Amino acid sequence: MYRYDEFDHEFVQARVAQFGDQVERRLAGEITEDQFRPLRLMNGVYLQLHAYMLRIAIPYGTLHPRQLRMLAHIARTYDKGYGHFTTRQNIQFHWPALSDVPAILADLATVEMHAIQTSGNCIRNVTADHFAGAAADEVADPRPYAEILRQWSSVHPEFSYLPRKFKIAVTGAERDRAAIKTHDIGLHLKKNDEGELGFAVYVGGGLGRTPMVAKKIRDFLPQEHLLSYVTAILRVYNLHGRRDNKFKARIKILVHETGTEELASWVEAEWQALKDGELKLPEQDVSAIRSYFAPPALTARPEGDEAVRVARLDSRSFGEWLGQNVTTHRNPDYAAVTISLKSIGETPGDISDSQMEAIADLAERYAFDEVRVTHEQNLVLPHVARADLKAVYDGLVEIGLATANAGLISDIIACPGLDYCALANARSIPVAQQIARRFSSLERQRDIGELKLKISGCINACGHHHVGHIGILGVEKKGAELYQITLGGSADENTTVGEIIGRGFGPDEIVDAVEALVETYLAIRSDHSERFLDVYRRVGPAPFKEVLYGAEAKAA
Amino acid sequence: MKLLTANRLSDGEAVWYADGQWVETIAEALIAHDKGSQEALESIGNQALADNLVVDVNLIDIEIVDGSIHPIRLRERIRAAGPTIRNDLGKQARIQQAA
Ligand code: HEM
Ligand code: SF4
Repeated sequence: MYRYDEFDHEFVQARVAQFGDQVERRLAGEITEDQFRPLRLMNGVYLQLHAYMLRIAIPYGTLHPRQLRMLAHIARTYDKGYGHFTTRQNIQFHWPALSDVPAILADLATVEMHAIQTSGNCIRNVTADHFAGAAADEVADPRPYAEILRQWSSVHPEFSYLPRKFKIAVTGAERDRAAIKTHDIGLHLKKNDEGELGFAVYVGGGLGRTPMVAKKIRDFLPQEHLLSYVTAILRVYNLHGRRDNKFKARIKILVHETGTEELASWVEAEWQALKDGELKLPEQDVSAIRSYFAPPALTARPEGDEAVRVARLDSRSFGEWLGQNVTTHRNPDYAAVTISLKSIGETPGDISDSQMEAIADLAERYAFDEVRVTHEQNLVLPHVARADLKAVYDGLVEIGLATANAGLISDIIACPGLDYCALANARSIPVAQQIARRFSSLERQRDIGELKLKISGCINACGHHHVGHIGILGVEKKGAELYQITLGGSADENTTVGEIIGRGFGPDEIVDAVEALVETYLAIRSDHSERFLDVYRRVGPAPFKEVLYGAEAKAA
Repeated sequence: MKLLTANRLSDGEAVWYADGQWVETIAEALIAHDKGSQEALESIGNQALADNLVVDVNLIDIEIVDGSIHPIRLRERIRAAGPTIRNDLGKQARIQQAA
């Protein structure tokens, strides 16, 4: 994994000192809130309903156990004993005192972490496939490129005051697990016919009030041109992006209003002037970064098959977990383990200090010191010998994190919503909890099969509801919570934005509505292999409208 | 009826204005019954913001239900109590502890 060099250390230390001074002056009343707000946002500090919130970057979702332990320490010492993982592979603490933030940032710096560029109109944390380096279907690890982008974009003077925030995601596999088409720039690392590495480049994706799927503007960008090409895109955006209206300021609006071809030609023109200049990546630099991400030495562990077979006979629940939460690794003796942070009835993405420490222990003992954060608000141990799966499972059972629901209906993405967030219109978490409880039977969930349910508490769409197979958006109507359902969204390689199905449902009705949709799906699927999303794509909204609105739907 | 609410600068704690001070529980808040007292609260809020005591200052609507203050908006009820999904957090937790 990447290690800070001397420059990185000095830079982060200097930033901690600078922000510490700014906080001190704010608390002493020397600067006003209007002056301070942009400064605190640049350092990841928001104000929510009950307290401040601190968002900490986890670059491309990769964590060392030492870092996870520090997060546990912060949760225990300065917060309320837990943290919340987000859809952008970050972690948020929901209760820090402003006066403690400098100390928290100083602690984080000791483990090479910070909160820089986790907010504000700059290039945010670069996210990546959570199975990077482990996935069997990957052409190359995307994280070295994410790290190159991180270094290049950190306090980039030209791109620190963009029209709006800017999000980049990278994947190295055909199967998109990083939702790249919902990002401002999505990069798909692949090989051309000559076996050279490069990127398919997508631009202008985003959620929020105007959801858009990113458009491909280049089929194959040779890897050495990554920075020059991304710079060209950002220059075009910085120059032409709208600054007059916050709601129209994302690059997705520019792409939409300009047209993909026209925009691609602007980027191309800008790039021609840049491509052979100083931004061209020398192979030795790329390979220097790549060496930080060298896969661990995975020794042969052929006893895995037998160990798994025996353990499975012994424990049915282990077998279920194996089937649902364990993913094929490129090395047949190994597997990638998804740790579900969606225990039935708990808050999606929340994790306690002691759970963090227990997972750090497991990662040290069994997973080559690596933990990943997924955009679905779960954790991953990317390299576990199959022979050790039962030991890892037992460790997870002990801390209540062995729920075998990865990818199922109770593996819900939910934003903090009105329980915490100052921008929310409705609560998200209780809806997620009630749905998970309604479908708590694992047998029933497995019968339903893959179903991505995503909930946001307002149109900002932090909970990705637009791209849920079933999406739920909380709105406020006449002072009460109301939940709108969208169907048919997807955040994979065939990204689609879901369609609003009809009028919304009250808090007491929404779970029944979801259940009615699921029952309808079960009744009309051709067989078990046809997922909810496949059925929706085949038959469209009609039968789902019918079950929710009955005669009303027919009349309309 | 209205109350003046804000978050305390130093730690973000949700607070309400009572007579001459900011308090941590809504039950103690000073209620403005008429336009004149609302305007008075508003200027107190502006002053407190300028004095860097609090941030995010707002006048909120309330009613009295069974003799206690009941904010009209769910948002404000959640601010007054804590997250609805964790009774062990926020102000509601302290009330339990005290009981
Ligand atoms: C609680 C404090 C939060 C605040 C104040 C906040 C604010 C916002 C705002 C204003 C937007 C819309 C921006 C735009 O469309 O230009 C947004 C979008 C987004 N936020 Fe949050 N957010 C919060 C928490 C979260 C959390 C917890 C997550 C992850 C679970 C998250 C992930 C996202 C994502 C993925 C988007 C989406 C879409 C896009 O990039 O177009 N945010 N947020
Ligand atoms: S979607 Fe809305 S309610 Fe949910 S976290 Fe984002 S801003 Fe808050």
